Amino acid sequence: MKVTVDFDLCESNAICMAAAPEVFEVRDDDFLYVLNENPGAELHDKVREAAERCPKQAITLED
Amino acid sequence: MSERRIVVVGASLAGAQAAQTLRRQGFEGVVELIGDEPHPPYNRPPLSKKYLAGETDYDSLRLRSMADPDELNVDLRLGLRATGLDVEAHTLHVAPAEAGAGSGATAEPHTINYDGLIIATGARARRLPGVDLAGVFELRTVDDADAIRAAFDATPSRVVVIGAGFIGAEVAATAREAGLEVTMIEAQDSPLQRVLDRDAGMAIVDLHRGHGVDVRLGVGVASLVGDDRVSGVVLDDGTTIEADVVVVGIGVIPNTEWAEDSGLTIDNGIVCDATCLAGSDVVAVGDVARWDHPRYGLMRVEQWDNAVDQGSYGAKRLLASWAGEAVDPYAPIPSFWSDQFDRKIQLSGMPGEQFEIVQGSLDEQRFVQIYSDAHGAPTGALTWNRPRQSMQARMLLESDADMAEMRDTLGG
Ligand SMILES: Cc1cc2nc3c(=O)[nH]c(=O)nc-3n(C[C@H](O)[C@H](O)[C@H](O)COP(=O)(O)OP(=O)(O)OC[C@H]3O[C@@H](n4cnc5c(N)ncnc54)[C@H](O)[C@@H]3O)c2cc1C
Ligand code: SF4
Repeated sequence: MKVTVDFDLCESNAICMAAAPEVFEVRDDDFLYVLNENPGAELHDKVREAAERCPKQAITLED
Repeated sequence: MSERRIVVVGASLAGAQAAQTLRRQGFEGVVELIGDEPHPPYNRPPLSKKYLAGETDYDSLRLRSMADPDELNVDLRLGLRATGLDVEAHTLHVAPAEAGAGSGATAEPHTINYDGLIIATGARARRLPGVDLAGVFELRTVDDADAIRAAFDATPSRVVVIGAGFIGAEVAATAREAGLEVTMIEAQDSPLQRVLDRDAGMAIVDLHRGHGVDVRLGVGVASLVGDDRVSGVVLDDGTTIEADVVVVGIGVIPNTEWAEDSGLTIDNGIVCDATCLAGSDVVAVGDVARWDHPRYGLMRVEQWDNAVDQGSYGAKRLLASWAGEAVDPYAPIPSFWSDQFDRKIQLSGMPGEQFEIVQGSLDEQRFVQIYSDAHGAPTGALTWNRPRQSMQARMLLESDADMAEMRDTLGG
């Protein structure tokens, strides 16, 4: 799975971080960092949930 | 046995999410998604923010979960309204929605038999009673937003927002940023008393006043005046505020009337057990659902995040009951956000009687505030421009963290 974030859409509200903190982190500078662009299978459910929950629909997943 | 049929009523955030989840979970029967709006499922939060400001277009509102109903093999029927329900007989009555232009608009009223029903009819904006003047709007749908934008663009445009709730405050901010003259009227002496303590509510007032919004507190609206078009708002204290556009933001009403004689319990929403089950083979999700939250008791949440979450949960719950599997109760820590001017306001969990700021300050308009109950147990966190801490708070609340842990992680 490949994770990409459209940073033009992202508003750094950190909702994805609550769903998959292993992959998404919003730091104190208010920017989102993708910690792992190719998360392992054990994280796929969480990452999918993060993508669904992103209110800006900024996260794209490719298999 | 013939193929099972699940009908989802309400084709918006929660309903689209539920329909998609049914397929993701491998349900192979018929999925029918019925909605009374003419538009394919779309996202509401931008309607008071970037869409109203003209910064994003209609296409960007489309919900990704229902971007391609054919691929999901979901029978999406727009412009069709549920008009009645018989839970015991497992039948749903539908009819074309009068103004609809969708695929269902040409259908005759008819009855649909279902094996499972997911109710996701959401809520509608409360209207000011007895007002029938042009230039007065509520904001719930994309059509509402288009009408308000058009009114903003017409000159002269003096805007009065009635109600300083989140949607009202967002509309006021968007209008102000577009350079319009804006007055916001709130009947209580500080806004959002249901969700914010007084100081935090007043911080919103200060934010708006700092940007030139004329905020009037503790005064109600007596009447609206105008011939065909609104020309002014008369307040309880006798003052009249001139207005070309009035936006009413005084809360929402759950859409339950259509299910009144169904056999379901209806009381400020569709009443459900702790697993969102409302009746035999019926679940309710999103803004319309009032379920028995294990932590907070009966509650109805009008928030984006919950609609997504509960939409997924409800679909899984229905399938689990057919598979004879036990399910955990639906027990999320609620969370929502609101964008006003350049501030991102977020609440994770619930407000509480006690509150303390552990980082930043109201004056900086950037802070983290922890709410706790009378016994000192944390109930929630309010943040302004502190998204990381908002989500950390949510995770801490999910793990039942105590006050010391909350202070430790969120402070400093
Ligand atoms: C302007 C605006 C801004 C918002 N901003 C935020 C925000 O910043 N943060 C946040 O957390 N939340 C926000 N929200 C709230 C969020 O959008 C809602 O919680 C969410 O839309 C709820 O989704 P839902 O699917 O449960 O209900 P709804 O979105 O209300 O959808 C219900 C659908 O069912 C249809 N329907 C109703 N009755 C029938 C019937 N009898 N037959 C067929 N169809 C029917 C309706 O027409 C509608 O399409 C905002 C809402 C609005 C309006
Ligand atoms: S949830 Fe979406 S908008 Fe929010 S930080 Fe994550 S990617 Fe950005």
